[in-house]
Amino acid sequence: MSFINYMAREINCKLVYYGPGLCGKTTNLQYIYERTNPEAKGKMISLATETERTLFFDFLPLSLGEIRGFKTRFHLYTVPGQVFYDASRKLILKGVDGIIFVADSQIERLEANQESVENLRTNLAEQGYSLEKIPYVIQYNKRDLPNAVDVAELRSLLNPMGVPDFEANARSGVGVFDTLKATSKLVLQELKKGAP
Amino acid sequence: MVNPQMVMYEEEFTQIQTVVDRLVREANARVVFIVDKNGQLISASGEVDNIDTTSLASLTAGNIAATGGIAKLLRENEFATQFHEGENANIHIQLVGNRVILVVIFDSKSSLGLVRLRVRKASDELTRIFEALLNKVREPGGDSPFAEITDEDIDNLFND
Repeated sequence: MSFINYMAREINCKLVYYGPGLCGKTTNLQYIYERTNPEAKGKMISLATETERTLFFDFLPLSLGEIRGFKTRFHLYTVPGQVFYDASRKLILKGVDGIIFVADSQIERLEANQESVENLRTNLAEQGYSLEKIPYVIQYNKRDLPNAVDVAELRSLLNPMGVPDFEANARSGVGVFDTLKATSKLVLQELKKGAP
Repeated sequence: MVNPQMVMYEEEFTQIQTVVDRLVREANARVVFIVDKNGQLISASGEVDNIDTTSLASLTAGNIAATGGIAKLLRENEFATQFHEGENANIHIQLVGNRVILVVIFDSKSSLGLVRLRVRKASDELTRIFEALLNKVREPGGDSPFAEITDEDIDNLFND
């Protein structure tokens, strides 16, 4: 849930990168971190295992600029993708303003993608949110790999609602900022809608 | 949405900052800060220049969330207090009104007993301030900086 601070003239929002294990959530954040001006970003924190798998979350604070005198700040989080970290995923979804689902385009990960979307739906519902109402964007990652499934097929499986979606290769950065921008925009539009 | 949106106004911010500033002095603390449960920093006081408060805020909230998860598994309501002792710095974390987190960082110039005592008093005051703030936010007709922004304003933010 966004936090509007009239004193500091700031608006803070929380975005969460969701998706199956090894789909590239952390890689998205790393790319954003590397390519953002130092004054617009804070430190990136990764709570990871010794083998660099996300254990709890990654965190990256970003400033996007000002709207009508209010600084807009986005806090980017990733969830741990591995199935058995479900309790942690639920915690990280608390207070979320927008979700980016990172799908792994590889054919052998089709089922893992679908399970992860279902898991997202369930965990959101537990907190009274729904995927239909929350700002939601899908990223088809690893488009560069030879075993990537056609986007049309991924779309029919993962995006029946027709939310904004992007092809990406997070390692080289293709589609990373497009996905982030689209989500941030949806979040701000949602806040505008919610304004009295 | 499940919870009302967190909004901070000047009046309540000043009250909160007064409590936090006083707590730094009375507890002989190095730093005191308040974070909302989602990891947004609300207020800080003390030697904040040497500390990455944004990261601390996010990690503290993650810590409280994880501990809250453990409490739920044990059918406890919440573990409201945490204390971590280091070689040079200690950190006392207190959940206030089940909504915000009060963090006190202190060294050998203070003691756990003193910090606990002062935190208890500050918690009561903060609970009252945040309750009043939440009631204010729930009132209909409050203004929002978003009421006047246009789609164009949003687009402009993303122009490279």
